[in-house]
Amino acid sequence: MLHLTAGRIGSLLTRRGVMALTSSNVRMASHGHEVQQEDLSLPMYWDRIDIPLPDKAYKHELSAAEKSLKQKEQGPWTQLSKEEKLALYRLMFKSTYAEMKVPSHEWKTVVAGMLIFIGITGLIVIWQSHYVYPATPHTFDPEWKAKQVQRMLDMRINPIEGFASQWDYEKKQWK
Amino acid sequence: MTMSLPKPVMRGLLSKRLRFHLPIAFTLSVVAAAVFKYTVTEPRKQAYADFYKQYDAMKEFNAMKEAGIFESVRPSGE
Repeated sequence: MLHLTAGRIGSLLTRRGVMALTSSNVRMASHGHEVQQEDLSLPMYWDRIDIPLPDKAYKHELSAAEKSLKQKEQGPWTQLSKEEKLALYRLMFKSTYAEMKVPSHEWKTVVAGMLIFIGITGLIVIWQSHYVYPATPHTFDPEWKAKQVQRMLDMRINPIEGFASQWDYEKKQWK
Repeated sequence: MTMSLPKPVMRGLLSKRLRFHLPIAFTLSVVAAAVFKYTVTEPRKQAYADFYKQYDAMKEFNAMKEAGIFESVRPSGE
């Protein structure tokens, strides 16, 4: 059983590591096919649902065909064919809204990581309550608590809607 | 892609939302207040009234005194 647990944790950790790598690779791939570190102080391209027009276009190094297409874009747009319009869109943007909104499986990793760490925390709490905490005070003994309850009833604590209201003083029992 | 779409609504979006949601919000708030009043505050007022209708302060005091909780006046036995 321990082998299975370790394997499960290991596979989840590697999956999480791979996810982190792929997301950063995706991020870097969106900056016009650069391999070295992008200058983060300059305007960046970013696909975001709530910001429809990113700070710069997606593609900057245009081939000759793409450059001529950009020239044609200067003229009236009714002369552009459907494929040309789509090509111009793809020059400006990396993915469409539909492609951006495609759901990923990342949430499963996130929930799994959360539960793992909550479980580890639970184990730490159990160990702590056994090895770290001092003995519980004598005021938690059943005899002491019984005397405490009796004293609270004698003092008529919250007699209208609270504690002592639940006690029947004639019959000397709980209502 | 040569056909054109109808122009989307550009104005009055907030007022349209408010016209729909404001009456609902108002009604729900009033309902919440009424429910709280008639399930919590009215029973509570009634409970207090009933308690003090039959309340004998001296009897309660003597019972508490005999139980021995006071420091200034001890039970009659001591």
